[in-house]
Amino acid sequence: MTDPSEHDRLLRELGADLTPVRRLRAPGLRALGWFSVVLAIAAVLAMVADGAATLARLAAVPDLWLSALGSASTAVLAGWAAFELSTPGSRRRWALLPVPAFVLWIGASGLGCLRVWPAPGTGPMAHGESGECLMFIVGLSLPLAILITIMLRRAWPLHPALTAGVAGLACAAAAATLLNFVHPFDAAATDLALHALGVAIVVAATALWGRRPLTR
Amino acid sequence: MSLTFAVAGVDLNVPERGETASRATGAPRVDEARQEVARAADARRAGLMAAAQAGDRGAYEALLRECLPVVAMIARGRGVPPDSIDDVVQETLVTLHRARHTYDPSRSFMAWLRTIADRRAIDALRGQGRRRAREVHDPVAYDAHVDPTPDAVQTVDRHDEDRRLRAAIVTLPEGQREAVEQLSLHGRSLTEASAVTGRTTGALKVNLHRALRSLQARLKGEEQRHD
Repeated sequence: MTDPSEHDRLLRELGADLTPVRRLRAPGLRALGWFSVVLAIAAVLAMVADGAATLARLAAVPDLWLSALGSASTAVLAGWAAFELSTPGSRRRWALLPVPAFVLWIGASGLGCLRVWPAPGTGPMAHGESGECLMFIVGLSLPLAILITIMLRRAWPLHPALTAGVAGLACAAAAATLLNFVHPFDAAATDLALHALGVAIVVAATALWGRRPLTR
Repeated sequence: MSLTFAVAGVDLNVPERGETASRATGAPRVDEARQEVARAADARRAGLMAAAQAGDRGAYEALLRECLPVVAMIARGRGVPPDSIDDVVQETLVTLHRARHTYDPSRSFMAWLRTIADRRAIDALRGQGRRRAREVHDPVAYDAHVDPTPDAVQTVDRHDEDRRLRAAIVTLPEGQREAVEQLSLHGRSLTEASAVTGRTTGALKVNLHRALRSLQARLKGEEQRHD
C-alpha cells in the first residue's frame, strides 16, 4: 500500500509540472477535419472519373443510391463515434451510432442481388475486376486509417480496440462510398461479397493493429 | 430536506432522522436535492479543471486532492483489493494529468474522471490476474520446503549429535571401530578398507553391522536417560 505522504508528493509533482494546455476541440469538429480529407479525395475522384455518370447511375436505381447513402452515412457516423470514443468521459454506447446506417448499407446491398433489371450505364464485370474492388477498398482505407489513428491519438482513447474498430469501419465505409466513382457495374453477389470481405478485412485489421498506437 | 456533509471532498447526502419514514412521499424531492448538490459539485470541479488547463496550480492541486477519495471509492467499487487501491489512485491521477487537455469544461467532470479511474482499476485487476496466473500457490509445498540455511539452534543440535556419536565410536571394540571409521566416516569401499586394515571384507561387514547395532542401542539409551 502506498504511504499517504506519497499522494502528497505526487500532487506536488503534478502541480509543479502543470503548464497551460491547448484544449482538444469537440469530437464532432475533429471528425469534420477527417471528413474534409475524405471529401477532398472524393473531389479528385469526381474529376478523374465520370462524376455525372456516377450520379445518374445511382439516382436511377433505388438499391444503389440507398446503398451509397448507407455507406456514406456509416462513414460519417462511425467517424464521429470514433472521435467521441477517443475522448475520456464518453460512453461506449457511442459505438452503436453507426449501426442503423450500417444496416441500411448492408440491407440495400442485399436488395441489389434480388433485382432482375440491370442498372443504367453498367456493363458486365470482366473476370478479375472484383478483385480490383477489394484492392480499392483496402488500399484507400489504409491511408485514411493512418490519418484517423494519428488524429485519434491526440485524444486519450480509453477503449483502444473499440475505438480503432469503429474508426476502421469509418475508413472502410468511406472507401466503399468512394468506390462508386469508379464502379460502373451492377450489384452482383460475388462483387458484393468481395466488398463485404474488404470491409471486414479493414475493420479487423484496424481493431487488431490500431489498438497498439491508441493504447495510452 | 437533507444534510450535506463534505468528507474529504466527497459530497455525501444523508437524510435527517425521520425522513426515511416519509420517503414514500418525499423521495423525489430528496433525490432532486441530491442531484442538485451533485450538479453543483460537478460544476465547481469543472471550473477548477478549466482553471488548471489555463495553468492555475492552486486550483489544480485542490482538485486533485478532491479526486483522491473519489478515485479510491471508484476503485473499491470495481473490486480492486485494498492493498492496490492507492496504486490505482496514483495511476489515475497521472493519467488525468497527461490527458487534461481532453477535458471539455462544458461536460461533466465526474463522468470524465470516472472513465479514467474505471479504466485504471480494470488495468490493475487485469495485471493482478496475469500475475496470479504465473504464480504457483501450493501451501503444502511451501511448508515442506527445507530451509537451505540452518538456524543457530539446528547447528548446535547437529554439533551435539556429532560429539556424542564420535564419543560412542571411540568406546567400540577395535574391529568394530575400524569398520565404522573406514566404511562410514571415510567412505571407503570394502576392498579399500580391507587393504587399509588387513581384515577380510566379510569380517568388515560383520564388524560394521555389530557396530551400528551397538551405536544405535547406546545412543537410544542416552536419549532415554536425557528424557
